[in-house]
Amino acid sequence: MMDAVAGRQHHEVLARLARVTDPELDEPVTTLGFITDVAVEGGHVAIRFRLPTYWCAANFAFLMAEDMRREVAALDWVQRVDVTLDDHMYADTINGGIRRGATFHEAFGNDAAADLDELRLTFNRKSFQRRQELLLRALLEAGRAPEMLVRLTVAGLHAACDDEVLGGLAARYLDRRDIPGSFDGGSLAFVDVQGRPLSAADAMRPYLRSLRNVAVNVEFNGALCRGLLAARFNEAQPDDREPTLRDFMLQALSRQTGEGQGHAQDTAPR
Amino acid sequence: MYKTKDGEEIFIIDGHTHFWDGSPANQKNIHGAQFIDCFYGYHNALSPKENLWPKDKFDKYSAEQMYNDLFVDGPDDMAILQSTYLTDFYKNGFNTTERNSAMAKKWPNRFILNGAFDPRDGERGLDELDELAAKYNLKGVKLYTAEWRGDSRGYKLSDPWCYKYLERCEKLGIKNIHVHKGPTIIPLDRDAFDVADVDHCATDFPNLNFIVEHCGLPRLDDFCWIAVQETNVYGGLAVVLPFIHSRPGYFAHVLSELLFWLGEDKLLFASDYGIWTPRWLVEKFMAFELPDEVKRETGTDLTLQAKKKILGLNAARLYGIDVEAQKKKLAHAEAVAAE
Repeated sequence: MMDAVAGRQHHEVLARLARVTDPELDEPVTTLGFITDVAVEGGHVAIRFRLPTYWCAANFAFLMAEDMRREVAALDWVQRVDVTLDDHMYADTINGGIRRGATFHEAFGNDAAADLDELRLTFNRKSFQRRQELLLRALLEAGRAPEMLVRLTVAGLHAACDDEVLGGLAARYLDRRDIPGSFDGGSLAFVDVQGRPLSAADAMRPYLRSLRNVAVNVEFNGALCRGLLAARFNEAQPDDREPTLRDFMLQALSRQTGEGQGHAQDTAPR
Repeated sequence: MYKTKDGEEIFIIDGHTHFWDGSPANQKNIHGAQFIDCFYGYHNALSPKENLWPKDKFDKYSAEQMYNDLFVDGPDDMAILQSTYLTDFYKNGFNTTERNSAMAKKWPNRFILNGAFDPRDGERGLDELDELAAKYNLKGVKLYTAEWRGDSRGYKLSDPWCYKYLERCEKLGIKNIHVHKGPTIIPLDRDAFDVADVDHCATDFPNLNFIVEHCGLPRLDDFCWIAVQETNVYGGLAVVLPFIHSRPGYFAHVLSELLFWLGEDKLLFASDYGIWTPRWLVEKFMAFELPDEVKRETGTDLTLQAKKKILGLNAARLYGIDVEAQKKKLAHAEAVAAE
């Protein structure tokens, strides 16, 4: 039986992990089904994860492992974090590198031409554009005028996003609002990825269309990854919707309380 | 041959097919096993349920099975065999030109056989390309820039040695360069999705056609930008088309962007057989219409004329196939076989 403290700690770890996204898919590793096990023992946290194919890009895998470790280590009660990648062609190199706190370049030596900062930035830009597009389209659909949106401030955005859906989209977008440059409540809510104000309101549609190409690219891998993950681990895909973070957390919690420390793939429906 | 409900015949050239051997007996190492498993994952992820194959059929299928899936059960009139060597993973290679040639030899009117080269083979490879071109009368090659070779994790089309090979292709009459730019095996930190190298080559080799397989997805925006500037760049729809079943709305967006930027004369149908089979792909594609909202936003339309070009006429133009003459040839061969 898991006591209340352990249950809370487990919950906190999952919440930290939910902040880690697959760089290309811009979705939390938790909702993507990458996390297979989270074990907490005192101040020691052990996380296992997997990816849709044996070939998934090593730099992305490394980046996610690094992010998981950093996020979970930020909890004040955590003393040690072990992150283990399973079933991957570079599992040993990545796991060893993460364990010793090496950079990607140090872990891979000559095979790695560069470190991951630029990659992280590239994908953060795409993430900014994708989140902005979703929010802008939702605001237009909710009847907000383009003329108003191009002049809206960050503080005004909070006020304009008065329901749960818009509020959620706005929070996700503002999480990346610093990509084009630092901002405060008085800054324009919507700028392009270079930080320039959006031009006249009649240019909104073509702008949105250009942003949608970013999403179209990302979605290509997103749809493939989900299908590949399900095929690889012989798991049923949900018919009508993607699993949400809540589904995952409920599943993980019931697993922890009910069955100790089994891997998700042992308990997943076949 | 596909016939519309009005009786119109649509001539179909399947731009991307393989006669592979991914069976355990041919696997050299764990990479070989994982490679075919990954392909099987694609097959599972995007095929309609009723078109799923058992794994052992997927690992290795017979020549007769392939012929049947493409031309008897399937609507293809012709198919292009693309060669993928992967000799670091498979004892006899995955689907080498030689292995694929068995299909072309058996059914010469049905198949166009493409070879391959790897610029990392240096001078020796150039000689081999000469031999391959002479032996199989090649009109095209398939390049896999992300393929491992010893310590190398891939190459770029713009590498100096690659230019020597492209010059040789020009000399040998190999006009069609199919380049795999899409979902890839083993990108380390090298950006294997990057399509920028196609841009350089397309400018420097205006007499060659560059068919970017999988349309550079997930870098569609970069690809469209290059293709709009270079008149000799085409998009191959392998892997893109199967989304028509599981994600039709998404497929409509991708296709409308391709129609907008490249146009209906620059896109080639492909099943990527044996990952997918052409029958369901062609049936769904013929029945497909762009939603009004997408049409409005991009100002494009998927007309019957556009479908005919994408399904066969564009590939026929690139490969110098006279469609009417070829139809007669195929009908004659069928009549002889039936006697």
